[in-house]
Amino acid sequence: MSGSPYAPHTDAETAAMLEAVGVDDEEALFDIPEAVAFDGEFGIDARTERGIRDECARIFGRNADATEFLGRGHYAHYVPSVVDHLSDRAEFLTSYTQYQPEISQGFLQALFEYQSMLVELTGLPVANCSMYDAATALAEAATLADRTRSTSGDVVLVPGHLREGKRAVLDNYCAGADLTVESYPMDDGIADLDALADRVGDDVVMVYAENPTLRGCIEENLAAIGEIADDGDALFTLGSDVVALSVLEEPASVGADVVVGEAGALGLPTAYGMGLGIFACREEHLRQVPGRLVGASEDAAGDRAFTLTLQTREQHIRKERATSNICTNQAWVALRAAIHAAWLGPDGLVDLANDCVREAADLADRIDEVSGAAAPVHDRHHVREFAVRTDQPAAPVAEDLADEGFLVHVVGEHLLQVCVTDLTAGKSDGLVAAFEEVI
Amino acid sequence: MIHDQADYTREEEAVHEPLLSEKGEETVDVREESPLPDDLTREELTLPAPSEPEIARHYTRLSQMNWAIDSGPYPLGSCTMKYNPKFTEDVAADPNAAVHPDRPDRSVQGNLELQYRLQRFLADIGGMDAVTLQPPAGAAGELTGILIAKAYHEHHGNDRSEVVIPASAHGTNFATAATAGYDVVELPSGEDGRVDLEALEAAVGDDTAALMLTNPNTVGLFERDITEIAEIVHDAGGLLYYDGANLNALLGRGRPGDMGFDVMHYNVHKTFATPHGGGGPGAGPVGVTAELADFLPSPRVRETNGERGYERFEPAESIGKVHGFEGNWLVLIKAYAYIARLGDEGLSDAAAKAVLNANYLAERIDLEVPYGPFHHEFAATAGDRGAADVAKRMLDFGVHPPTTKWPEMVPEAMLTEPTEIENRSSLDDLAEAFDLAYADADEALETAPNRTAAARIDQVGAARNPRLSWQALDGE
Repeated sequence: MSGSPYAPHTDAETAAMLEAVGVDDEEALFDIPEAVAFDGEFGIDARTERGIRDECARIFGRNADATEFLGRGHYAHYVPSVVDHLSDRAEFLTSYTQYQPEISQGFLQALFEYQSMLVELTGLPVANCSMYDAATALAEAATLADRTRSTSGDVVLVPGHLREGKRAVLDNYCAGADLTVESYPMDDGIADLDALADRVGDDVVMVYAENPTLRGCIEENLAAIGEIADDGDALFTLGSDVVALSVLEEPASVGADVVVGEAGALGLPTAYGMGLGIFACREEHLRQVPGRLVGASEDAAGDRAFTLTLQTREQHIRKERATSNICTNQAWVALRAAIHAAWLGPDGLVDLANDCVREAADLADRIDEVSGAAAPVHDRHHVREFAVRTDQPAAPVAEDLADEGFLVHVVGEHLLQVCVTDLTAGKSDGLVAAFEEVI
Repeated sequence: MIHDQADYTREEEAVHEPLLSEKGEETVDVREESPLPDDLTREELTLPAPSEPEIARHYTRLSQMNWAIDSGPYPLGSCTMKYNPKFTEDVAADPNAAVHPDRPDRSVQGNLELQYRLQRFLADIGGMDAVTLQPPAGAAGELTGILIAKAYHEHHGNDRSEVVIPASAHGTNFATAATAGYDVVELPSGEDGRVDLEALEAAVGDDTAALMLTNPNTVGLFERDITEIAEIVHDAGGLLYYDGANLNALLGRGRPGDMGFDVMHYNVHKTFATPHGGGGPGAGPVGVTAELADFLPSPRVRETNGERGYERFEPAESIGKVHGFEGNWLVLIKAYAYIARLGDEGLSDAAAKAVLNANYLAERIDLEVPYGPFHHEFAATAGDRGAADVAKRMLDFGVHPPTTKWPEMVPEAMLTEPTEIENRSSLDDLAEAFDLAYADADEALETAPNRTAAARIDQVGAARNPRLSWQALDGE
């Protein structure tokens, strides 16, 4: 038998195949010059399946047992069991990209339904079937703005409160497109409208806003931001997530040209930051959309069927003139989000989002009552998260809270940020008690 | 094993599963129960509201209309569709691993340890000095690698504007170079299907930032002149980039680092058998030589001084980030488990059997296979039968066809990569499907496939009249 546990050849089979090929041994098939050949000794010891499961369980056991009141753009909600069980069906999990649509109708339909869900949530007619995460989706929106706007400008305007990781990814994509990223100031957790209006001019190709903002505030001036962007002939890109979108203002109704953000808020566990990027846009940008699109068509029998479409935008056909280099995306994660959304239904989605608003308000009120802490720092409506001002320096407070088993963000010298979802709402008493204990 | 082809004509209507929206939608008045003022909310939301049993049946039905590596052979050239071991799913499902990325280092030691170990595994396998796990897919890995090369040149005050790419390379290479702001110089293939050294000499110069190379290349040929290629590129001041798409053929037999490559990406969903999930998530870790380590994305993971622990740090000249957080973590765990399961011997043997399988299948089929000798994949030509038609007919014989019409250097190419997971009888079936389809009547080829959920799909019509959501189907 062979050395790889997943190569099924018996010795006899191998011998017969070598004979058919006309060589004495496997080595003769390798066309690698001796000077660069390698002896195969990496020093990696093969383990048993059982051994690896034990090893990894031991390694992951080193992660602290803590309750995470963490968010800042990455949210975990309860994922129903039906998501794991259905998405883990091997016909989904172990399939490839749908290059032969006749034999991939199941996944294509699931992705078509995912796209449709985003069309409903955003009000925009075009949604692709996934990007890597919110950061890469934002970056691709900037390059789309660069390709589609008639202005000669090269500036992308982003909120002063923007997650560092998003900004860093955006900077990387923008550098390649010769775009410059600038931020506009915030006013009490949301966009400073006057400052933004003053800044937008001929040189701006895209205005980006988030709802909720990084501080968890609901952006109150979306339509006005849309008008400012439109007056400057800049693309208006809005960042959000699928749960927030189910109750907050519909992006299309406030003038959004593109919606990016996270759909992984449904269907994914925390997963150490793994994501599912949303990308939706107006019809006029259809041929400039990055990533894959699933479309409806007919088959030879006249029945409705689904296929990857508009592939002439993509790298495998258009090479360096493609709309993006994205190829493999997050298809299976999109499937999971779609199943989760179906399980919730519109009622469940709206309830989940409303609960995120209520829980954030309640928890902020309770932390506000703790002597030495004030919350929420921004006098706004919040979704899931809010900032807390602490009399003591924030970093040691967060460390003390961690010692009590609760994790929160440090976002300033005297500022913490707390995020609550349906997964952590039940632990709020403990967090409030810990706050009382440490400050 | 393949039945009489006459059996395979379409007699029944295509299989059909209604859209979720067709099973009933519900409209919710959002403002009615909202704790928010009306001007901050949408008016209503309309989505399907199926029961859980309906959801179970819907997605089970859809899964049954979908081919997968667990269904049968999936010999897509350059895609390396290998069997995905089941136990890696259980390893990745450990709830202790699913933590928030913003945890402080001290409370996420387990994840940091596994990241560190996987970095070491990959560095050893590629012959590289340092590795980042952050890129969330192969193309993202390419972009990361090219951004690292760009940062390196800028750091050394070199203004270089071009990336050289062989014509046969993956389209992502071209798109990646353009995304990073480079002009692409396309390198024609030599007569033997490999890089022509004279053409390479002519293509590289003071403007060359990098050469992106796949080795073995996309018709399965090993670039035997790799040492000379590296010398030409390095002499011109450029860097050599290794596209990891075909690393499966080299496992344990050759390492990009030893061949003179400065930077490379790994496709864990190919080489290391993590499920491709119908189009992702993948992961595209990037390895570099010591000279480039300071430019890797932030954060990296290292051992803490003295203690048995791990910490994140920002490399001195880091390019920043290519993913909002730490990349596709669950996929990376599966890659770790897969590599640990195989070890030295298993990894080398995977390459040996993948190469044996490709050569055996190339020998067995009636179609002409230009070039050679092959490593793990080969491009047969369907000639005037047409690769797309032959592929559709192959579907009727119970296998997934190979990659078609690419690479362009082989006319009507059928790029075939059986990988190591097929045994001889499975390869024999595959060969029979190839031969039956290739020799079939014109009408059979034109009307195939017949045994699939849908008959031949009008792809031109789909592009001409895009209908991308169920909302777009309303009223039809």
